[in-house]
Amino acid sequence: MNEMNEVRKPPVATTGIIGWLRINLFFNWTNSLITLFVIYCLYQFIPWILDWTIISADFKYNYLGEQITNQEMCSRNLDPENGGACWAVIYVRFYQFIYGFYPKVEVWRVNLAYVMLAFALLPLLYAKLPYRKYFLYFTYIFPVIAYFLLNGGLGFTEVSTNKWGGLLVTLVLGCTGIALAFPIGIMLALGRRSKLPVISMMCTLFIEFIRGVPLITLLFFGMVMLPLFLPEGIDMDGLVRVLVAVTLFQSAYMAEVIRGGLQAIPPGQYEAAKSLGMSYWRMNLLIILPQAIRISIPPIVNTSIGLFKDTTLVIIVGILDLLGIGRGTLADTNWLGLSYEIYFFVSLVFFIFTFGMSRYSLYLEKKLKTGINMGAD
Amino acid sequence: MKKLLSIFAVVAFAFSAHAGTLDDVKNRGFLKCGVTTGLAGFAAPDDSGEWAGLDADMCRAVAVAVFGDRSKVEFITTTGKSRFPTLASGEVDMLARNTTWTISRDVNLGFEFVGVNFYDGQGFMVPSALGVSSATELDGATVCIQTGTTTELNLADFFRLNGISYEALPIETNDEGKENLFAGRCDVYTTDASGLSSTRAAASNPDKWVVLPEIISKEPLGPLVRHGDHQWGDVVRWSLNAMIIAEELGITSENVDAQTSSNVPEVLRLLGVEGNYGEMLELSNDWAYQIIKQIGNYSESYEANVGPDTPLEIARGLNALWTQGGILYAPPFR
Repeated sequence: MNEMNEVRKPPVATTGIIGWLRINLFFNWTNSLITLFVIYCLYQFIPWILDWTIISADFKYNYLGEQITNQEMCSRNLDPENGGACWAVIYVRFYQFIYGFYPKVEVWRVNLAYVMLAFALLPLLYAKLPYRKYFLYFTYIFPVIAYFLLNGGLGFTEVSTNKWGGLLVTLVLGCTGIALAFPIGIMLALGRRSKLPVISMMCTLFIEFIRGVPLITLLFFGMVMLPLFLPEGIDMDGLVRVLVAVTLFQSAYMAEVIRGGLQAIPPGQYEAAKSLGMSYWRMNLLIILPQAIRISIPPIVNTSIGLFKDTTLVIIVGILDLLGIGRGTLADTNWLGLSYEIYFFVSLVFFIFTFGMSRYSLYLEKKLKTGINMGAD
Repeated sequence: MKKLLSIFAVVAFAFSAHAGTLDDVKNRGFLKCGVTTGLAGFAAPDDSGEWAGLDADMCRAVAVAVFGDRSKVEFITTTGKSRFPTLASGEVDMLARNTTWTISRDVNLGFEFVGVNFYDGQGFMVPSALGVSSATELDGATVCIQTGTTTELNLADFFRLNGISYEALPIETNDEGKENLFAGRCDVYTTDASGLSSTRAAASNPDKWVVLPEIISKEPLGPLVRHGDHQWGDVVRWSLNAMIIAEELGITSENVDAQTSSNVPEVLRLLGVEGNYGEMLELSNDWAYQIIKQIGNYSESYEANVGPDTPLEIARGLNALWTQGGILYAPPFR
């Protein structure tokens, strides 16, 4: 009896680490071959990149123990056999990368804005936050606070946007573009599907025009032509003009993404809402849009990430974003030739933000179970 | 594109044809000066965020002339494409953005070049291991060349004139040219001489590269203002000239105070001790004294930003005074 009751363990080959390895990495001979090849590549690559970025790299001092103030003092330039990356350039220029040319005495305002941005995003990102309602109120007024905080006014000294730069500009462009484009995109998407021919035609025209031209063209349009349309004496800020262009661009794309979501909603949902006597706006707000946006999350995040990276194009109209500051640094005779370090750093910062966005969208998808087939069944 | 730009320029000019730029600048309290987004030696932010370079000094000199204060300037970054609309629309008061003076820009775009603060020209850079000492020895070489630029046309002309052949390796950007040359995919890289110098300075071992003596095109780079505002044009022109004249007269930022008691009439006129030249320009009488005191003469600015002691190592060459074998020449100060 005892022997009968004894539970037999599953075969070693299917459980634990060995089982996982067998199923995932060495399932058949092609699979094994690819695994071995990848391991070989990683073996070649990882020690080299670790050595270059960390082990033999200079952070603040070179191998002689001197503090690095120009590229000639980097270990790898003093002795090509010795030393990897020269991160001192990032260390010395860190302020510029994060704040641009923002005056040092006023920089607490930018820091405060960064912290407030985190608090404003919190209730949006995390639905179970205690007192979420009050946090949301703060989120709504945050753009106004941020405007006065960064730009000046209400007792703060004015800091012209010409002095903004680096990550500050990247975040301002990215956040404003994404945040403003969302409601505009929804309106455009609804407008394009509207039964009223004038509205639907205007929305279609707008979307097709904006989508039909590259962002660079729109940036030039904002930079060069927008001021010509304004009455004389009204001086529109350069950054605002770029923001207008970026927002228009992003809202056209957002509109199409959301329209995709709207088209996936079965007609039965519309009919059901209407049969309950709901008006057009109530139907859209309460029934259609929540479902449509839910299934559009992956493409919404996709275009948002795209926009965040596209903000680097503002360099061509002379605004120094994170990448622009990097290029400016490369043009300083003290730091000529450190392009690997600077581009590596800039890509790392962009990666952190875009990867964060993509992870968050995955979390949302799991939470809202967007994969479920919502139908009239 | 060019036609469109000139239309913009004309329209913008019609909109912005106001009283006078000098008055606008004085009322605003600071100068708005258009510079590059970053070009080694000409304009680039330093570690503390201050703009430095030959062009940045030009901007500061004008700010000093107007306000007597080198910090009264706001640098507006412009790119090769956005610089002209930015100036035409009045967003900047002047451009000092190593811009080549050409007839179409001067006439058709409605701008006025007020002088030349750097004489550049297209040159060639080769590995010193190639053992070439003149561009005429480059028969059969592979040349890295930026497509769609005047450098491409100049190159074709030069090789045809000398009856030698080359193979072009088309590239898009300066960075690409640098990488291709350093990797040995081309034997020669050709672009403006100042650009070659910064490329060379960025190499891990600059001594392995040599810039050949031939300069095959004229690229006079200088500050420019909007057409039609001659008073403002004069202020910018004479701010540049004052720096050149100061070098001619041997006045530097260090000895300028001693020079105010000089017995040379032109020195006294320049420094505002005699005459009322400042008043003519509607500036204070010591404007040139202040430029020299706060910025230095042309030579000081050159040596500090692009000269042989900087990583760029650009010899004075054409940019030496006319008395010293160059072509730098300013009209007399009287």
